[in-house]
Amino acid sequence: MESLIVLIPLSVAVVFLIGWVFWRALEGGQFDDLERPARTILEDDDAPR
Amino acid sequence: MTAACFHCGLPVLEAGRWRAPVLDAPREFCCAGCEAIASTIAAGGFAHYYETRAQPGTRPLGTRPPELPPALSYDDPQAQKQFTFSSGPNERSATLILDRIRCAACLWLNEQTLRSLPGVLRADVNYTTQRAQVSWDPARCRFSDIIEAIRAVGYEAYPYDPQRQSALEHGARRKALWRLFVAGFGAMQVMMYAFPAYVDDGAGTLSPGAEQLMRWASLLLTLPVIVFSCGPFFSGAWRELRRLRPGMDTPIALGIGAGFAASAWATLRGTGAVYFDSIAMLVFLLLGVRYLELAVRQRAARSLDRLARWSPSIAFRLEDNSVKQVQAHALERGDRVLVPAGDRVPADGVVEQGQSSVDESLLTGEPVPLAKTSGSGLIAGTLNLEQPLVMRVEGAGTETRAAAIARLIERAAASRPRLVAAADRLAHALTWAVLAVAVLAGLHSGNGWVAIAVLVATCPCALALAAPVALTRAAGELLARGVALTRSSALEALAAATDVVMDKTGTLTAGQFRIVRLDLLGGTDETECRALASGLEAVSRHPIARAFDGNGSAVQEIRNFPGSGMAGRLDGRSIRIGTEEFCRELTAVAALVPPPAPGQTPVYLADERGWLAVFLLEDALRPEAPDLVAALHAAGLRLHLVSGDHPAAVASMAARLGIAAALGGALPQDKFDYVARLQREGRVVAMIGDGLNDAPVLARADVSFAMGGGADAAQRQADFVVMGNSLAQIAATFTLARRAMRIVRQNFGWALAYNAFALPLAAAGWIGPWEAAVGMAASSFIVVLNALRVAAAMPESRAWKASSSSSPSPSPSYS
Repeated sequence: MESLIVLIPLSVAVVFLIGWVFWRALEGGQFDDLERPARTILEDDDAPR
Repeated sequence: MTAACFHCGLPVLEAGRWRAPVLDAPREFCCAGCEAIASTIAAGGFAHYYETRAQPGTRPLGTRPPELPPALSYDDPQAQKQFTFSSGPNERSATLILDRIRCAACLWLNEQTLRSLPGVLRADVNYTTQRAQVSWDPARCRFSDIIEAIRAVGYEAYPYDPQRQSALEHGARRKALWRLFVAGFGAMQVMMYAFPAYVDDGAGTLSPGAEQLMRWASLLLTLPVIVFSCGPFFSGAWRELRRLRPGMDTPIALGIGAGFAASAWATLRGTGAVYFDSIAMLVFLLLGVRYLELAVRQRAARSLDRLARWSPSIAFRLEDNSVKQVQAHALERGDRVLVPAGDRVPADGVVEQGQSSVDESLLTGEPVPLAKTSGSGLIAGTLNLEQPLVMRVEGAGTETRAAAIARLIERAAASRPRLVAAADRLAHALTWAVLAVAVLAGLHSGNGWVAIAVLVATCPCALALAAPVALTRAAGELLARGVALTRSSALEALAAATDVVMDKTGTLTAGQFRIVRLDLLGGTDETECRALASGLEAVSRHPIARAFDGNGSAVQEIRNFPGSGMAGRLDGRSIRIGTEEFCRELTAVAALVPPPAPGQTPVYLADERGWLAVFLLEDALRPEAPDLVAALHAAGLRLHLVSGDHPAAVASMAARLGIAAALGGALPQDKFDYVARLQREGRVVAMIGDGLNDAPVLARADVSFAMGGGADAAQRQADFVVMGNSLAQIAATFTLARRAMRIVRQNFGWALAYNAFALPLAAAGWIGPWEAAVGMAASSFIVVLNALRVAAAMPESRAWKASSSSSPSPSPSYS
């Protein structure tokens, strides 16, 4: 039971850490286009002619 | 105490230095800029602004911010091509984004300022999008004058540029996702802290210290959810309350705010119920609904933007045997441009040299590339696939067909469908009821949580979302199929249609007439008859005119008689081409010719002395026309074929297609009367047409389609513009409209039933905060997910092409 005194504040800190990581990813443009990355795997590199 | 600046509300530090009379009294100002703005406003007669504004005005910027160009730079004709277009003789138009807007009074002030400018012909400010549509006479007013006038009253305006708008939307999506994430993650974590308290049996297994710690942790994690994620709810509620028009944000914001405050207070005191978990969950679910809605709207907007934006920015102009790279929007009508294989066509125009195939799927949804040879039309933004082409430009920049259609769609998107407006009024009335019931239930039970449960459980969100999401989704799907929706209420009207009136030429047929026989009726020889006919038809845009290509005589005073023919003069004698009745007015005697074979259209040529010739024209039926007729019959619609063509030809085509009602030889007035008569009988008429003759009829019908190849005038009147030159998507549009309306009705039914069910339960105190949160969010989710079904399970937009071949065969079989 006493471990909660450490674990609860720790979990709050982890939540904020994960939030910060997600924010970085969002600002880095990772979520801007959710369709293209799935398709690029199937596409050839050369431009269509 | 120092006085406040009359314009911007900041303290006046030097009393008496800047002073000007406004609204019949001397007013103090904080600076020269504010004084100048107020004087301008007062001198223009717009002091009314100061009585209606809800916020103090904006301070002048002082110096122009570096990212904004000086107003004069907008006057460069090359630069203007990017954002202005010619909307008539001596008239140019542009869309402006207004910035530094605070409230509705600001928008009013801007509109009045624009309208009072000399040379400005029209100015309309859209209060929702904060954009202004301005038209002005370039001879009397420069574009920079308009920008300067807006700056003079303390605002900023810049021309609407799709790129800038895209950046704004991009930011909106990121922010919505970030809000959703904060709420979702907060809700998950707070749920974990709440769990021990829920399962605690009261036997002291959970120590009070640990429970208090978890409450504090919950409070800490709910705080960002309230402060950041709930921003849209609170600002929306504030806007609604200020106008005393509570909408769906008010009860939500009140419920969330009051619930959080009560829980926080209980945490501080250490006793009482906390519902952080319910609050965070509610916010997460609501934001999820809103994110879905935003995604639907942006997806619909994206299919629109493709039209306007996918034109390339550079073009290769041919100049005296050299190729010069220029800005695509700087192209002029008549320029010759090289389009390399694999490049997009930079402007609307006609092929001059070369043979290739072009992928027009972006505009028309038609995936089979179309063969293009010399003389074929090219549309800006389409993809040249095989060989380089040389084209002659007919429209560039904002004057292309794609841009014109995009403007039509934008106009439709800016107006609210009748159905949505009605739902909003109902939701508005319901909100008052919810607020009243919440107060009464709270007072009656003496328990604040009952009032909060009522606010949350019965907020009419689902009602407000019921129609718009489904309609937006339907419009987006239509656009992907190459059908542009240009009037927002049209889907509603189409779903209610009982009768379909179709034109023949250019609608059921391809509109590609060719002369199959020429009978001479007078002494004039064949060559001269053909030359006379070509000369008369040279200026006509009717599909029949295209059969008469070739060198025509120089006919003077050509006049168009819609539905009848063309008249003109050559060497002093009057000549006419068209229907028999029309020509008989000139000859005064009937023509002695055998009746035309079925499917053939006779066109007569006559002068004052008598009959000259009769041309027998044939027009191939579109291969997809029988399918359309079968599909519309199957949908239970009554079909009518009404055409200005020869009655025999019309009747034979109607018989071949199985259309019961047919009217041939109809003048525009007859078509109009035909539609009006059906409407008097209580029928709801959908009209499918093409060409100049149809414009009044298209406007008269309850809902109308124009084929994209048709004349522009018809497109302005039509509710749906079919951009591909094919009938295949029309039946799908009917299906989609009916589906959309069915889903909207389901949504209304569900939303009203849910509210009727939840209101008494919540008022009686039988619904706890978490049940209220789940019920409310679930009802909104169901409505939005149901709306997404509109386009699901529709036949794949491209499936039809597999069965019908890409090139219409010259003699289609009608099975």
